[in-house]
Amino acid sequence: MNESPLWASESFWKKTAIWVTAGSFLILVVLTMDSLSKTSAGSERVPAYSVINKKIDYQYNKDLHKFMPVIGGNEFLFGQEYTDEQARELVDLGKKTTQAKNCMNCHTLLGNGAYYAPDLTKAWLDKGWISPALREDMMVKFLMDPEKNARTFGSNRKMPNLKITEQEAKGIIAFLKWMSSIDTNGFPYNFKTINAEE
Amino acid sequence: MKTSGLNGVAENGVALCDKARSCLNDFKSWVLLDSSHLSAGQQLAVKYFIVAVILFFAQILFGMLAATQFIFPGFLYEILDFSVNRMIHINAMIVWMLYGFIGCVYWFLEDESGTEIVGLKLGNIAFWVLTAAVTLVVLVYLLVQIGPGKDSSLWFINEGREYIEAPRWADIGIVVVMLIFFYNVVATFSKGKWSGIAGVLTLDLVALAGLYVAGMFYMTNITHEQYWWWWVIHLWVEATWEVLVGVIMAWSLMKLLGVRRKIIQTWLYIEVALMFGSGILGLGHHYFWIGTPEYWLTIGGFFSALEPIPLVAMVVHAVYDAGAKSFKNSNHPALAWIIAQAFGNFFGAGVWGFMHTLPQINMFTHGTQWSASHGHLAFFGAYATINIAFFYLAIQHWRGDVWMGGGSQNAWRWKWALGLLNGGVLGMTIALLIAGYEQSFIERAVEGSTWGGYFSAQNHPSFQNAMIWRLFFGGVTFAGFILLVWDLLTIGKGEARVAPEIVEHN
Repeated sequence: MNESPLWASESFWKKTAIWVTAGSFLILVVLTMDSLSKTSAGSERVPAYSVINKKIDYQYNKDLHKFMPVIGGNEFLFGQEYTDEQARELVDLGKKTTQAKNCMNCHTLLGNGAYYAPDLTKAWLDKGWISPALREDMMVKFLMDPEKNARTFGSNRKMPNLKITEQEAKGIIAFLKWMSSIDTNGFPYNFKTINAEE
Repeated sequence: MKTSGLNGVAENGVALCDKARSCLNDFKSWVLLDSSHLSAGQQLAVKYFIVAVILFFAQILFGMLAATQFIFPGFLYEILDFSVNRMIHINAMIVWMLYGFIGCVYWFLEDESGTEIVGLKLGNIAFWVLTAAVTLVVLVYLLVQIGPGKDSSLWFINEGREYIEAPRWADIGIVVVMLIFFYNVVATFSKGKWSGIAGVLTLDLVALAGLYVAGMFYMTNITHEQYWWWWVIHLWVEATWEVLVGVIMAWSLMKLLGVRRKIIQTWLYIEVALMFGSGILGLGHHYFWIGTPEYWLTIGGFFSALEPIPLVAMVVHAVYDAGAKSFKNSNHPALAWIIAQAFGNFFGAGVWGFMHTLPQINMFTHGTQWSASHGHLAFFGAYATINIAFFYLAIQHWRGDVWMGGGSQNAWRWKWALGLLNGGVLGMTIALLIAGYEQSFIERAVEGSTWGGYFSAQNHPSFQNAMIWRLFFGGVTFAGFILLVWDLLTIGKGEARVAPEIVEHN
């Protein structure tokens, strides 16, 4: 007499829950395989680590209506051309150092992290390094002794000394240069790089 | 000389131990709790609750230190830097909530399965192992803080990945402890009886433990690394944790209000379908800007826009059930916190999440204080509240099922704690939202996210004022916490009236 209709029954929703969950998860797995293959280092979206040998810029693309990384001719890092393996090792050292120094709990990387210090996604291209000629030297000095070479932009917020060695600093810079070449779907918007004409 | 010095130290040590012991005894006779009211499983549960409350305190304390540094950047500079305080702030939160959830499950496991916990001894050992590990991890965070750019730093100091910073050795320990917990749940239900709640809980725990493994690998490719990192973070807090809360909520509503099991379980299945149906692919809203393909803009935008729907269903569920029973229930503070959960979850996770989830707006809000605003209200509203509700259920039973009503003599304490905690978190949320708006406009839209743009926004008076208000409301939250602890320790003391027995209505 008091039978509930199908749409209000426990067993109907139990089955629905199982099918929806399984279906969504299956789609996620398929998309994950596709996304990982399209973003491996050396793909169109995520360049190979040896991109650190090239000039990188970030410009507005009128056809796509968004900002896109632009990879140019040779622009060696620390005056040296790295082989694929050397480049991978250097970027790897930098990436590992950013984790071991807990950078992400002040900075954001690709927009993820904490909000006490600026985003590092395009840090390599930031105008704060004044000119491409001064950039590498300034970055090494800043990373190794941020207190003395503080860049606070009037905020009084100083990066602490994290005991970064010179080799680690070079690794971090290589990592930042490589990261700035990743196609991030136009994030951040309206970013004027160190190469842009005033 | 030397010996007497040593003797002095030994004597001092003994005296100190005696003093600590007598303090503990004084405390015990003051709180006057009788553990014979608790089953063995519940005694294990309250251990988890006690550590959860201590870590909740750590969360608020280190949050306030970090908030202070936004206003006085020199505060504790190179002693406890922002990165350390912020890491402990969010780690303490994740861990206290997990402790709370594990406690909740141990609390109702025997009741729901109709039998005693199978691996109780193992459960107790796991508790002590986990607690010792957490203590060690926090001490290393505080005292060692950082290491050189080598694998050993990631294994023994910290992994430097927001929310799951715990070093690799601790990751492995966490997985082992979760497996013991999982074994206890499955074995106990298998020995006793299964139910809809039991089934959902078991499958959810499989996902919860399995997902953690996705975050245990180092990768050079930051796009891949963040891809898997979000599998853990998002699929925990926006999928499996929500379902776990649904399970805890379902059991609580049955006990508190006497709602019929058939209704509860049907609702639970609807919530699971909606939660996983929107939340699993809603993961895509974290894949807009990390290098992943453009199709995530569509998939992530669409499914994450649906994520608030199950949260509306949960509000309807809790409020309708409470209204249908004319709010007749056995534990007023617990029900009040359950209602706070329903609304906090809906506003914090649902509304605040939706506000910046579409890629067109997220392009400008991603990585600003918007996220912090959403994070504060969502974690508090969805997860802190349900744990606090359970603390009240536990303390009531611990006191011998005494009456806990809104009209009791000291009821002002839980009411004020409720008001201060919710008001404090809401105040921080609004302050951070204002800061986020300002950042989106000045740093992002106008200045194009350069470092110069970032600091223009940080130095702006409306941002600075927002940070002061955030610290103020952090203080309000802290006051609420102190009151909450005082209330939890004293509520129901000397209460002779027995709580009305709520039976399941048909």
